[in-house]
Amino acid sequence: MDASLYNARRRRNGLVKVVSVSATLVGLAWLAIILGVLLWHGFSGLSVSVFTEMTPPPGAAGGLLNAIVGSLMMTSLAVVIGTPIGILAGTYMAEYGRHDKLTVVVRFINDILLSAPSIVVGLFIYEVMVRPLGHFSGISGAVVLAVLVVPVMVRTTEDLLRLVPDTLREAAASIGLPRSLMIRRVAYRAARAGIITGVLLSIARISGETAPLLFTALNNQFFSTNLNAPMASLPAVIFQFALSPYKDWQSLAWTGALMITLAVLALSITARSLTATRKSQ
Amino acid sequence: MNVATPTPVTTHASSTPESRTGLRDKIAIRNLEFFYGDNRALKNITLPLYANKATAFIGPSGCGKSTLLRVLNRMYDLYPGQRATGQVIFDGQNLLDADVDLNLLRARIGMVFQKPTPFPMTIYENIAFGIRLYERLPKSEMEGRVEQALRRAALWEEVKDKLNANGLSLSGGQQQRLCIARTVAVRPEVILFDEPCSALDPISTAKIEELIDALKADYTITIVTHNMQQAARVSEYTAFMYLGELVEFDETNKIFTSPSDRRTQDYITGRFG
Repeated sequence: MDASLYNARRRRNGLVKVVSVSATLVGLAWLAIILGVLLWHGFSGLSVSVFTEMTPPPGAAGGLLNAIVGSLMMTSLAVVIGTPIGILAGTYMAEYGRHDKLTVVVRFINDILLSAPSIVVGLFIYEVMVRPLGHFSGISGAVVLAVLVVPVMVRTTEDLLRLVPDTLREAAASIGLPRSLMIRRVAYRAARAGIITGVLLSIARISGETAPLLFTALNNQFFSTNLNAPMASLPAVIFQFALSPYKDWQSLAWTGALMITLAVLALSITARSLTATRKSQ
Repeated sequence: MNVATPTPVTTHASSTPESRTGLRDKIAIRNLEFFYGDNRALKNITLPLYANKATAFIGPSGCGKSTLLRVLNRMYDLYPGQRATGQVIFDGQNLLDADVDLNLLRARIGMVFQKPTPFPMTIYENIAFGIRLYERLPKSEMEGRVEQALRRAALWEEVKDKLNANGLSLSGGQQQRLCIARTVAVRPEVILFDEPCSALDPISTAKIEELIDALKADYTITIVTHNMQQAARVSEYTAFMYLGELVEFDETNKIFTSPSDRRTQDYITGRFG
């Protein structure tokens, strides 16, 4: 054995290890700093009034209730609209149209939609919904978020159904199971944890979207559950309050940011634990 | 071997009693050709499958034995670009005809696969699911049918206390017997086995072989196997295939003691394959 060759390889190995570990640390450090600052500023403003009072005018006390309710309403409505469309399209691609040209086309377009800047989607819904209706509204906010949910769900559903082994499909066919039943009772069941994970991740994705909401739901200073009127949302309020010169508004923006972050974190952890149980089965 | 004696099963209306005695063609394959796209995988196969007998398909990898098996329940129909020509006569009808109802056909010709494929549901549901496709039964009767199927597959004693456990929690050999129970529960007339033991340990293999032997009383069995001893143990008839052709078909005894074709002899003596 050539010792110098071996030692050179050991040195290279050590060097690459140091570089990659420090790259990881740099990445993690930023995350830690962001979370730390967020906790520092956001936690101090956290109180019961955040959940019970409306966004205040500058200089007055208030909370984020209207923004929280608006976010919850638009997000849930978006999931209710977007998830079935995404799951059904993904089902077509993975099951019925697996060998069709249309599937290739849809997948290509869906991938574009998946990486399209959300501000473009916002502008699109502004043109096709807000302008014809003549005003900003909660419903168009929900629709724009739904348009962002669809590609995520299409992708997740197709990928996960494709992971269901063909042997299971053949086994289902071998007892004379029609395809629709096979999909409903066998394939969905096998892919269930993954599809639920997809729903959670798409909620996580849309819950921080700001730009498309500014084009559609805009914002609302008051409490409103009217989907036909402008509606407040946490990201829009954060955007407005964080840019303001008022200290108490800025403090509320931090608190809102902390809440979104924690909610997304909780969703991610749930999604991860679901995937983990699926693997251990 | 501690295998429970199978309880008698009420046979399917169409599996007639006289089939128990003489040799009757359950399925007659005539001039069958099979194509994967342009690739001709089966060449002019003509072969009978006798009622209530076990017929083994043997041959080296890629000889077309699994392909032949998958023609018999039209499994290839799931995939585009695969097609069969010729005739496969099953109870007087050519099952290659375009108007054959595939779901009903597969209810009459069941299949057990190489790897165990329980559905992602409870043991009970794995069996009941298939029965519900064809029959509307009250709960008590359904429970009887599930038990009957599990007994038939020599699995009842091992799972009777955990029918609500996930089918995937069973061992590989138990999963395979669950799949056999699932197939039997639908009350087919023919059962196709596609290398059913190749993923199993020797003890599970022995159990499955005993099971196949017992199932012959009520079903026509076709088994693809890589294991020649297995073919010799479980089958009455053996078809030796090579490069997509049927080289020789005869009684299993004859194939393994005095084959008439040189290639069969070379294969069973281990000179290739």
